[in-house]
Amino acid sequence: MNRALGPLSPTLQPAVSVRKLQKWYGDFHVLKDIDLDIASGEILVICGPSGSGKSTLIRCLNLLEDFQKGEVLISGTALTRSAESVAAVRRHVGMVFQQFNLFPHLTVLENLMLGPRLVSKLSDAEARQLAHEYLTRVRIDSQADKYPGQLSGGQQQRVAIARALCMRPQIMLFDEPTSALDPEMVKEVLDVMGELAQDGITMLCVTHEMGFARRVADRIIFMDQGRIIEQGEPKAFFDNPQHERAKEFLSQILSH
Amino acid sequence: MYKDNIIRSRATDNIAFMGVVAVAIFAIALFAGAGEGGLAKLMGPVVADLKSPLLRDLAVAFTLTVTLVANLFILGRFPLRAQIITVWVELLLLFLLFFDSFNLSYSFILSKVGFMITQGVFTTVYVSAISISIAFILALLGATAKLSSNGFAIAIANFYTSFFRGVPLLIQIYLIYLGIPQLGYVVGAVPAGVMALSLCYGAYMTEIFRAGIRSIPRGQWEASRAIGLTPFQVMTRVIMPQSMRLIIPPTGNQFISMLKDSSLVSVIGVWELMFLARTQGRAEFRHLEMLITAAVLYWLLSIVLETVQSRLEKRFDRAHR
Repeated sequence: MNRALGPLSPTLQPAVSVRKLQKWYGDFHVLKDIDLDIASGEILVICGPSGSGKSTLIRCLNLLEDFQKGEVLISGTALTRSAESVAAVRRHVGMVFQQFNLFPHLTVLENLMLGPRLVSKLSDAEARQLAHEYLTRVRIDSQADKYPGQLSGGQQQRVAIARALCMRPQIMLFDEPTSALDPEMVKEVLDVMGELAQDGITMLCVTHEMGFARRVADRIIFMDQGRIIEQGEPKAFFDNPQHERAKEFLSQILSH
Repeated sequence: MYKDNIIRSRATDNIAFMGVVAVAIFAIALFAGAGEGGLAKLMGPVVADLKSPLLRDLAVAFTLTVTLVANLFILGRFPLRAQIITVWVELLLLFLLFFDSFNLSYSFILSKVGFMITQGVFTTVYVSAISISIAFILALLGATAKLSSNGFAIAIANFYTSFFRGVPLLIQIYLIYLGIPQLGYVVGAVPAGVMALSLCYGAYMTEIFRAGIRSIPRGQWEASRAIGLTPFQVMTRVIMPQSMRLIIPPTGNQFISMLKDSSLVSVIGVWELMFLARTQGRAEFRHLEMLITAAVLYWLLSIVLETVQSRLEKRFDRAHR
């Protein structure tokens, strides 16, 4: 365990704490007073209409976006803008992007080995073994020597998940992982995410996949115009949404 | 470009079009006085028999028109590849014919061409090769500096590219060759030439590198940084290998262009191809022979480089997304 994260055991404190988080893009107030605690091992789904700030929120958690006010604690460590703090946080936080962002000039295997080799300082053989292990877990080990461009979108996204897992994060952030996929490929990615959820890793998913949310999530957060306006267990949220905006959103997203 | 699927009738089968072409060729030939030129000589005694100059003009212009239109008509029916090759060869023959009309002394060219290659081409190639390597490094540094958030680096890189792109290369060569000795260091002609070429092309290539680096999507940075790579590692392992694919083709162009611009360093007495072309023919007043030889050698070098360039492009393209 890394010393930078302090002596407290992760079970005694939230994996992620967000306190009074505020962010502006110029004059535009994207995140307004976000307060959020996520327990270790919790599966959290964040949903809401586009422009509601949900992607921005999870991108703030590993400082891919900066924020102007408030506090983010990852396993008790405050996320500041110092290089050390950011590096320490990112060591424990993996991220999966809407556009996969695989490295197109490297093979699948090399994509996975890059971080373990350069950041975790594993030997070539160890990194290779680790990479194969995670490729097997996302059921794509047979494609290890292909380039990302030769894979389907669903396969690419599974590789991206494996690449993040290779850094052995405790927290995984998913930023609309299935939004860029063809419909028939959504399931293979969601299945992998569902299996991951069983392993006790903390997950934050921004997604419009309400079926996944209902099945896998421990809690759902609904955001609108930069605020968390409703949260609760999936059943309560889907069956009995409280806010007008949440009702409207659900009726629109579930009606088609 | 765009491959259209519509089939259009051949222009060369169109009587109106061919008629206009024929009239145009005939008129130009007549106007240029074809009866007195080199073409008349090619046609030989047939034309010489005609006494009136107007008749001679008409005969030559007519023959020329018929030949060219027939050529055009036949070529129009060739498949694309054959068309390209034939037209290429025809243009080359015309070109050679043009050179031949200068009454060149081929024995003089033959006696000098060996030296032009061993001394001239050799020097041109190695000066250009060293310069492009240094320019490559300068461009890498320049582009990184310009894209950094360090005020000093940005200012230095801006100043550098502004000056070396804004001043003629010839002046830069003189400034370096004549200016640096003022500081107490005597520079040889070759190092001065290499310095000028690398600084100038480094400045141009800075912009190429900058565009190449900037064209890599932001997501590549985000993914790399999220994994924990340092900015330097992101640059060397992720961004640069990808931008190379975009940087190599224009860099190849710069190299070919530098090969020819290296002729400018002849002014400070470097014994490269252009210098020899100017000096070797002087004693016997055979300037044109040497200039044409140099032109052909430059051209051949460029063709070789273009081939190498297209090979490199294919190589960097292998993992094209």
